[in-house]
Amino acid sequence: MEIFDSLVVIFASAIRLGVPLILACIAGLWSERSGVVDIGLEGKMLTGAFAAAVVATFTGSAWAGLLAGVTASVAVSLIHGYASIDQRANQIVSGTAINMVADGMTALIGNAIWSQGGRTPQLPDSALFQPISLPFEAALAPVPILGPIYSHLISHHDLITYFAFAIAPLTYWALYSTRFGLRLRAVGENPAAVDTAGLSVRGLRYGAVMICGVLVGLSGVYLSLAQAAYFQPHMSAGKGFIALAALVFAKWRPWPALATCLLFGFLDALSIRMQGAVIPGLGEVPVQAIQALPYVMTVVLLAGFIGKAIPPKASGVPYVKER
Amino acid sequence: MGVRNVAKFGSVLLAGVVACAAAYADAVKPAVIYDLGGKFDKSFNEGVFNGATKFAKDTGVAFRDLEIQNDAQREQVLRKFAKDGFSPILMPGFSWETALKKIAPEFPNVKFAIIDDVVDLPNVQSLLFRADEGSFLVGVIAATTSKTGKVGFVGGMDIPLISAFGCGYAQGVKHVNKDASVIANMTGTDFHAWNDPVKGGELAKSQISQGADIVFAAAGATGQGVLKAAADAGKFGIGVDSNQDNLFPGKVLTSMLKRVDVATYDTFMAAKDGSWKGGVHVFGVKDGGVGYAEDEWNKAILSTDAKKAAEAAKADIISGKIVVHDYMSDNKCPA
Repeated sequence: MEIFDSLVVIFASAIRLGVPLILACIAGLWSERSGVVDIGLEGKMLTGAFAAAVVATFTGSAWAGLLAGVTASVAVSLIHGYASIDQRANQIVSGTAINMVADGMTALIGNAIWSQGGRTPQLPDSALFQPISLPFEAALAPVPILGPIYSHLISHHDLITYFAFAIAPLTYWALYSTRFGLRLRAVGENPAAVDTAGLSVRGLRYGAVMICGVLVGLSGVYLSLAQAAYFQPHMSAGKGFIALAALVFAKWRPWPALATCLLFGFLDALSIRMQGAVIPGLGEVPVQAIQALPYVMTVVLLAGFIGKAIPPKASGVPYVKER
Repeated sequence: MGVRNVAKFGSVLLAGVVACAAAYADAVKPAVIYDLGGKFDKSFNEGVFNGATKFAKDTGVAFRDLEIQNDAQREQVLRKFAKDGFSPILMPGFSWETALKKIAPEFPNVKFAIIDDVVDLPNVQSLLFRADEGSFLVGVIAATTSKTGKVGFVGGMDIPLISAFGCGYAQGVKHVNKDASVIANMTGTDFHAWNDPVKGGELAKSQISQGADIVFAAAGATGQGVLKAAADAGKFGIGVDSNQDNLFPGKVLTSMLKRVDVATYDTFMAAKDGSWKGGVHVFGVKDGGVGYAEDEWNKAILSTDAKKAAEAAKADIISGKIVVHDYMSDNKCPA
């Protein structure tokens, strides 16, 4: 029973740690499926987190913060879109530039406003996305097995978390069962064919880049308005890049993307929980060994289980209409 | 101008520069270079900033400060400050040891001070704090207040200095209640561990789920995540270094104070009035260098019993009846 309780706690922690990865990973999926490589996820996440925290601080409203975070992230996405779609720039360079500018600018502006080294003031609870309790939580809590699962894993998360879990099936449906999705995938594989069919390659790619901006912006909002209660420089801490790794791992497919991000979150949560744990016969495991666990597991899984990951054929290649 | 004249002119110029530099070094031009936790960590570095600010206000002597961005900058920045004639130059954090050992002999006229480490050079002041004694006191408070008999500790980077906090804390807890248990975790093994509130929060949540109802954070900016997690769960957090009681009023039981602000103020002041001396200075419970916070924010939650127990322990440490074991002396913890 104790093991079961611990497991529930670990899974709950895995969900909290996995949410920003899921949103960023699916964001990258939209962009890359349309043929626009996006290594600027990290920078957009930071921009979103920063804009959300700033607006939430001034307005005291989490929703205003969310709107600001998403808008800022979409704006940065459009810059990337303009560079890589209209100007046919190198998409890696554009993405790297976004990462660097976002990292520096957020800290700079934050420091100019509050003189706190780029940190924004602590937000009150009313300006945050609080965990919401689903119906019957209290009634179900005493029920064994089901109670803890319901109250810790299913209920008691914030809205962004629920949205993150809904986004994988939504993306799956949109990409594989709608006309827009089919065209979007085609534009990432063979833009010339899409062009020949009389569709706008440019329009489709801009659409994908904007969807990417919305989603990755949300992951930023989650960082500053749900997970923490303030913005702090570099707070995304490489999550954008981990999301990219997850995207490759999942071979650019929505359901595996969700699973991979949850796996990464789970390994992270496990490493936190396993600290100081005593394994029978081995004694206490050193902190360092536990902390290396997620990385070791990632390497093992990547090397052993995933097989060959083939990106969309036209990803990273600007489309040039033949004249 | 002949060759000889040039040489003569050059040597005069050089002598002038040297004389100028010497005169410069005597004036007080204090500077602080923070550690990677950052100036506004609400904890260790911010304490130094507060002390320096107080000095500037009291004396009208401005100080220069800088936050480094990565380890590679340490030597470069320190040399630049020394070259520019700043003295004394104060560095909070043991991570400065290597750079300081290299730079301090190059500038024998510049006064340096380092917190939390010993650099044995004539122009370096090493400011040490008996963090174990202060942690002992908050351990006593935690054990007296805890209802579950389980308390947590979240450290920053896994190093002896932070283990000394955890060890002192555990000794304090066991001093009050032999059967109490301490769940201790470290955030990480590199410098990011000082700046990872999300992980700190998860560690605290994990400890709380294992039954801890009080969590002591000694983890720089990471500690804010720990205190938030404890506050959100309706449990108590204990702050560190600076007084953090007001971060989550009514949810932070107390803060283990490490008066780096006083040490900063004193060393700058000593440099100003000419009484500055190199060597090791230890701040303990006895001289008020470490202690626990008691103010308007935790008045309502800090019970009289807890306060009484802490005061008794404090008196015993001062009288020598209780000897707190310092983890750093042998890298072992008896509790």
